[in-house]
Amino acid sequence: MSRLDRAEIARMVAADIPSGSYVNLGIGQPTLVADYLAPDSGVILHTENGMLGMGRAATGSEVDPDLINAGKVPVTETPGTSYFHHADSFAMMRGGHLDVCVLGAFQVSFTGDLANWHTGEADAIPAVGGAMDLAIGAKQVFVMMTLFTSAGAPKLVPECTYPLTGLSCVSRVYTDYGVFLVGQDGVEIRETYGIEEPDLRDKLGL
Amino acid sequence: MTTLCETEDEAVAGIGDGATVLIGGFGTAGQPMELIDALRRGGATDLTVVSNNAGNGSHGLAALLKAGQVRRIICSFPRQKDSFVFDELFRTNQIELEVVPQGNLAERLRAAGAGIGAFYCPTGVGTPLADGKETRTINGRDYVLEYPIHGDVALIKAHQADTMGNLVYRKTARNFGPVMATAAALTVAQVLTVTEPGSLDPEAVVTPGIFVDRIVAVSSPAVLAEEGAAG
Repeated sequence: MSRLDRAEIARMVAADIPSGSYVNLGIGQPTLVADYLAPDSGVILHTENGMLGMGRAATGSEVDPDLINAGKVPVTETPGTSYFHHADSFAMMRGGHLDVCVLGAFQVSFTGDLANWHTGEADAIPAVGGAMDLAIGAKQVFVMMTLFTSAGAPKLVPECTYPLTGLSCVSRVYTDYGVFLVGQDGVEIRETYGIEEPDLRDKLGL
Repeated sequence: MTTLCETEDEAVAGIGDGATVLIGGFGTAGQPMELIDALRRGGATDLTVVSNNAGNGSHGLAALLKAGQVRRIICSFPRQKDSFVFDELFRTNQIELEVVPQGNLAERLRAAGAGIGAFYCPTGVGTPLADGKETRTINGRDYVLEYPIHGDVALIKAHQADTMGNLVYRKTARNFGPVMATAAALTVAQVLTVTEPGSLDPEAVVTPGIFVDRIVAVSSPAVLAEEGAAG
């Protein structure tokens, strides 16, 4: 099987989300996961700006400036939607009520440390949003990312060099070349795509 | 006791130089544009603004920043595709920035409104945003000590008020409104309509009037699409 594209990664993440889960999809690539959740999955989407039961993106006359997602894109309601204020929304995260969150990442360490909010460059404007709250709060944190930077450097690393978002918080990493289980015991490769496992281990230093 | 104001300028009267101003909204949803415009016209300077973002496009909070009236901003997500006003001020050292995880921002406001002195929180442990802060291990988990954020004034937007100051919100425009309303010495709400006591379902009131000092009806608020938005 060849290397996965972004849509295929999203499809794989969606297939691994248990039915009936409360799920937060981070802004950017993780929002693609919503497109691959089966309509009968019973998955309920949370958005940090105060909504459970988020539906698909709004189009045409559905667009309502008071109804947006965390990426500030207009969205729709589903039957059974609820709205709440920010302290309640983040209590859902920090209190351990969300089953799964899916985040993008600059780097993930072999033990599940996450770096996804700041490149640390001198002229970068830091912006953390809800990333640190999600990272430590959701019962399971899945990361989806390309396994290598455009310069070819691995993003699954022994230790993160970018500023951290959270310690030992990621449980699975979905990438174009494979799916990895990470944690206190290190990395387990669940499957590979477009590369043989020994070659992948070699490239990552596993 | 809640005061019904005739104009936005009357609603923000008395906000002085150096004030800490809590401003509701997530992007433009729930951002009290007309109250911010009135604050800008009032001319108060050296402000500290607490808001989730650092302004969108060139209106509302962005216009207040552009006018040079804000010395410091405390927010979770300043950098956005349409935050060009803030970006320029930050890069030329014309504004101070404190980045706060969004949940800490909400909870620090909630703590201020609820009379909590400080709280231990798991967010940010081991990250640069916990540098220099007190930490403690409780039942085997590490926490960071976080302090409340009190406002001199809160400017928020709700959907409807009654003359008692009870507020209901609309969809995701609720966001920071209810917690900010509790956290300031003076809370000012702009709403679409103000109705008589008894007109709101008491079970549906989100912010009780005790937290609201002034209300003003803005019947046709600016609705701003994100400028330069590219999806």
